[in-house]
Amino acid sequence: MNEEEGGAPAGVTRRTAIGGTVAVGSALLLLDAERVEATVQSSPPPRAGATLAIRPIVNGRAAPVTIDPRTSLLDLLRERLGLTGAKKGCDHGQCGACTVHVDGRRVASCLTLAAKTDGREVTTIEGLAEGDALHPMQQAFIDHDALQCGYCTPGQIMAAVACVREGNATDRPTIREYMSGNICRCGAYAGIVAAIEDVAKKGRRV
Amino acid sequence: MRSFGYTRPDSAQAAVAAFAAAGEGARYIAGGTTLYDLMKLDIERPAHLIDVTAIRGLDAIETGGDRLRFGALAPMSEVATNRTVLRDYPVLAESLAKAASQQLRNMATVGGNLFQRTRCLYFRNGAGGTSAGTTYPCNKREPGSGCAAIGGLDRGQAVLGQSASCTAVSPGDWPIALVALDAYVEILGAAGTRSLPVAELYRLPGNTPHLEFTLAPDEIVTAIVVPKTRAGRRSAYHKIRDRESYAFALASAAVALDMDNDTVRQARIALGGVATRPWRATAAEAALAGQRLTPDTAAAAGRAALTGAVPGRHNGFKIDLAQRTVADALLIAAKRTTA
Repeated sequence: MNEEEGGAPAGVTRRTAIGGTVAVGSALLLLDAERVEATVQSSPPPRAGATLAIRPIVNGRAAPVTIDPRTSLLDLLRERLGLTGAKKGCDHGQCGACTVHVDGRRVASCLTLAAKTDGREVTTIEGLAEGDALHPMQQAFIDHDALQCGYCTPGQIMAAVACVREGNATDRPTIREYMSGNICRCGAYAGIVAAIEDVAKKGRRV
Repeated sequence: MRSFGYTRPDSAQAAVAAFAAAGEGARYIAGGTTLYDLMKLDIERPAHLIDVTAIRGLDAIETGGDRLRFGALAPMSEVATNRTVLRDYPVLAESLAKAASQQLRNMATVGGNLFQRTRCLYFRNGAGGTSAGTTYPCNKREPGSGCAAIGGLDRGQAVLGQSASCTAVSPGDWPIALVALDAYVEILGAAGTRSLPVAELYRLPGNTPHLEFTLAPDEIVTAIVVPKTRAGRRSAYHKIRDRESYAFALASAAVALDMDNDTVRQARIALGGVATRPWRATAAEAALAGQRLTPDTAAAAGRAALTGAVPGRHNGFKIDLAQRTVADALLIAAKRTTA
């Protein structure tokens, strides 16, 4: 489905509209970040309810933000930074829809405390393409029809890229084993495995 | 989820000090794949989290000398792919590779994994779950409330080590392999350092199923040590699941064999998926000592391993399954070369 569908004004997509709102919210919250940070540092150990200032590097850019320590990396990305590519499926680390990379390793962002990403590199599906050029794995998913509804796809692609980089895309059984943390209710597994095998076989840098 | 304070010290000593300073309700957190999950379900309710993952130098994997030593913060995925572990201790590598998903193995640490909590459906039925308002009694979650698993949907429950209070299965794979290899942990607490066999980390449920570990609340595991053994190369972790990957064990067996041609000098056997704690099967080990390993003697060892097993309503199949799992694991391990 084209994102412009659904009655949005020309040039304004649902995603940019949501992203804009989130960005405004973040800016307001950032204003009081320094004050809160100073309070936290002057009275250790922090008590329940104290907020926390962190500075993850998200898709190559520093993203200083003040959070409630309960915040998951997934909620930070989606609700505060406007990066809605990573999806909330089960929110318990069982489905893989929230897969992102932290310091180059794939993780379940729903079970990662955002606090742990202070100073670390986070890569999401939004950080995979180079400008308008799709990442080879994104293109392979299109070429092999590796999705239906698309909800699990960002997590599948982030896991797939990691699978190749780890050297675990050597053959179909190994791909299946190392992709078993990503569930697809539509059952697009055949296409997913084919896409990963294709990228790995072509020896393309991912 | 309830509110909590959060601290991320950069040394083990600072972590223990932070624990003491934080007071009641403090908990250590490493990868968080169990603790954070259970906090979302309102089962774990820490008032303060001491995040130990910024501690430096606690993730080293050492394979020289007469033991393997794994820093507690080494990720499961790193230990699972260590060359020495893969070649000389397949039981260790397989117990990690067959656990969870690569995402979770990248997050979870080999130290934290020892303290994974049960997947008993009644235990996980906390007030924060999707069926809030219909929580079942659970002595592990709410001491004294009763056990809904007994006489309930108990297909996944234990057949060994259970009590009238609790039948929840110890969920781990890695601890099963460690127990088979007589591994121990190095521990740091306010009172200093000590070491303890991995097997002694775990309590039977008895009347106090909410007390699962023997570690004091302020103590942290800093390393896991496995004494080297020539049985390591003839070892295997065999895990039977409802699906072929990314599932908890219905039954599993960690075995390591010291053989003289076809004859077993010494066998080490531990069971997972069927008991309330990692279960060393000493009767099965004794049954094999001095015997030729054949399909028949392997099957006899399997039967000996399940000595004393008591089924519930829906989990009787686990006894037969675990017996066969042990037998298969022994035959798989015996085929592995020691060269």
